[in-house]
Amino acid sequence: MRLKIKTSLLCLTVIGLLSFLACEDLLPPAPADNEVLDGQMEGLSATQTRLFLEGDEAFSEVFTPETGLGAYFVTSSCISCHSGDGKGHPSTTLTRFGKWENGQFDPLTHLGGGQLQNRAIAGFQAETIPVEANGIAKFTPPAVTGLGLLAAVPDATLLALSDPDDADGDGISGRVNYINPPDFFSQLKWHLPDDEGRYIGRFGKKAAAIDLLHQTVNAYKQDMGITSDFDMEDPINYAVSAQQTDLVADHEIPAATVQSVVFYLRTLKAPIRRNEQEMMVQLGEQLFKDIECSKCHLPTMTTGISDIEVLSEIQFHPYTDLLLHDMGAELNDNYTEGIAEAAEWRTPPLWGLGLSPDAQGGNYFLMHDGRATSIEEAILMHGGEAAKSRTNYSELSQTEKEAVLAFLESL
Amino acid sequence: MKPIVILFLWLVFSQWVIAQNADSLNTTNKDAVYQRPFIFEGQKGNLTAAVGGYLEANTNYFSTDGVSEGFSMEMRRFNIFLYSTIKERIKFLSELEFGHGTEEIELETALLDFELHPSLIFRAGIVLVPIGYFNQNHDSPKWEFIDRPLVSTNLIPSTYSDVGFGVHGTIPVQSLSFTYEAYVLNGLQDGVVANEENRTFLASGKNEERFGQDNNGSPAFATRLGLKKRKVGEIGLSAYLGNYNTFQKEGLTIDEKRTLFIGALDYNFSIKKLQCLGELAIIKADIPTDLGQNFGDSQWGLHTDLIYPVWKGTLFRWQNMTLNAAFRFEYLDYNVGDFEETGSNISDHLFAVMPGIGLRFSPNTLLRMNYRYQWDTDLLGNPPAKTAGFQFGFASYF
Repeated sequence: MRLKIKTSLLCLTVIGLLSFLACEDLLPPAPADNEVLDGQMEGLSATQTRLFLEGDEAFSEVFTPETGLGAYFVTSSCISCHSGDGKGHPSTTLTRFGKWENGQFDPLTHLGGGQLQNRAIAGFQAETIPVEANGIAKFTPPAVTGLGLLAAVPDATLLALSDPDDADGDGISGRVNYINPPDFFSQLKWHLPDDEGRYIGRFGKKAAAIDLLHQTVNAYKQDMGITSDFDMEDPINYAVSAQQTDLVADHEIPAATVQSVVFYLRTLKAPIRRNEQEMMVQLGEQLFKDIECSKCHLPTMTTGISDIEVLSEIQFHPYTDLLLHDMGAELNDNYTEGIAEAAEWRTPPLWGLGLSPDAQGGNYFLMHDGRATSIEEAILMHGGEAAKSRTNYSELSQTEKEAVLAFLESL
Repeated sequence: MKPIVILFLWLVFSQWVIAQNADSLNTTNKDAVYQRPFIFEGQKGNLTAAVGGYLEANTNYFSTDGVSEGFSMEMRRFNIFLYSTIKERIKFLSELEFGHGTEEIELETALLDFELHPSLIFRAGIVLVPIGYFNQNHDSPKWEFIDRPLVSTNLIPSTYSDVGFGVHGTIPVQSLSFTYEAYVLNGLQDGVVANEENRTFLASGKNEERFGQDNNGSPAFATRLGLKKRKVGEIGLSAYLGNYNTFQKEGLTIDEKRTLFIGALDYNFSIKKLQCLGELAIIKADIPTDLGQNFGDSQWGLHTDLIYPVWKGTLFRWQNMTLNAAFRFEYLDYNVGDFEETGSNISDHLFAVMPGIGLRFSPNTLLRMNYRYQWDTDLLGNPPAKTAGFQFGFASYF
């Protein structure tokens, strides 16, 4: 009898534990789609999803000296600078340099410019900024979500938005940056080069990358020291020797890996808004337009025809015009790329702004170099063409300012 | 050299040659493969070696932030031990591990012990390095948990074995036993930094080449001192010190010597029926500054397991069964320090709790079920990734 009781008790214990094991409530729930930046666009096919996952894996790959890292680099993986596909942190900031001489900007490529590789693998010596450099800027890595939509906006749209001579007299004179294409660049129907064979750039702080392949190849090389079929040369520390590179045979990754990362970036979902029905948020959205922030941080854009159906002819809300604007003397770092002036910066998309702290260690590090530690601080750093909007913001009541900030945090 | 010295050396050498070839003179060269002591003993009906081992397998169902790879089964380890008393006070022991089927095959131990005295035993070969408690006590059937403690695998790089030699022994002092171990080893190697973990990670420094050659010609040193009181418990202090990087090649210096230190405190004691065991580890490493802040020069972590027998008895005619309730707590900080740019704390830490039960059919065989909840915080201190899951498995010596 006693044995039967014990047996029953033990069986009950085991059944209870098995039930416990089956309980999904004990597993961490998925965060809401609008609470995270990462995730694929809706509507991808199974094959496209597989490609997305391949790209996701490549985006997270950590390179080592054995797999080609360096010899000079800034970071060892894409994900290190774009945690959760969000903005970077001051510890992952890129440093770019060059030299102004007789009104011309020299990126000092013969001295390792324009990007500093401030890290090196064992046995190598990291680069330092050469004494010749007189233009130095720091770039905080941007969020990478929604890039496929921005990449699919036709050049004609950007040209139509530009107003280089401020013909409409509103004090805002956005213009496109023209960039010499790399050898591997492949022209699409809607690309509109200028008379000198240069193409419109749209990615990066100075809009110096024409498309996501251009951006990705550069990042692999300049940020991680990884050569690919598209660019077979490792960064070099010319202060040591023009011959000193790593000992891993080039290419270090194949074209397929680069392309999978490009596909991943193209099909990452756009940030999804939060709290958009709240009164303060709606008031802030109206005020954002009223104080003319939306003239550069354009709320809505439309893509052209794309080879990926979910990117084709889509209206979306990035809060950028992808154009260069003069942001005033305080944001002039005496550094430039393409035809941009040193004080000109591409309007950064504001979507996902409210989720930035979740990728930046709980803080905001805004503007091109992360110098602003709050949204309001960033607004008050706007000068040049944006000075009028800054003044307009300053003249708002405290409640109205809070509404604008609530709106920006909802993006 | 004087003729008398030459004559003396010739006599000694010739005697040694004669002694070495005495057996071989009676056999042909082609039979040399059978000229082995264990075959002679086997033919006489004497078993000279004992074979043993353990086996463990389990199921996994984990989810991280709502994303799960689903249910899977895992054949974790199949380990084979070989033991032999070669001669009175000369012992041989080896352990060959097959991890995940045949995905990982590793010789974890292959050593000889020469006992000069119980308090002085010379050990040589591939030895389990005495850092903390777990590294030398890692056999799965001993533990109520399927996963190994992370402080013991991700900080202390268990199972860490290395080629070397040294001494160990036990010195009784009244009701206490004082134990010591001290070894010279090839040591951990270059992968400690600039590895796929993207952090200082000692397990990546366990290059297979360490069994053949030191990467820098600079031996490492490991020691553990223990104090045990019967029926109460044991406490141990251990340390490892060595250079991990290849700092010279062809006699030329190519890098600075980079030092690695591991310190550990381990404990295993009982309070009535409650057993408490665990270890705390501290790591200090000399890191190339050019590698960046991902690679911390200081790490620490700990785990504590609490085990309580909730039932003992007979079930289905199996006698002396025990049902243990267990709870594990663990914390690791992979990178102690602050960011140069912001002055804020570098995170890169994890915290986990793990309740479970173990049903022991005997001290050597158990079924076990574990639940795990883990919070992983990245370098920047972003909201932690939350992972939880269930495991069910068995482990048994044979």
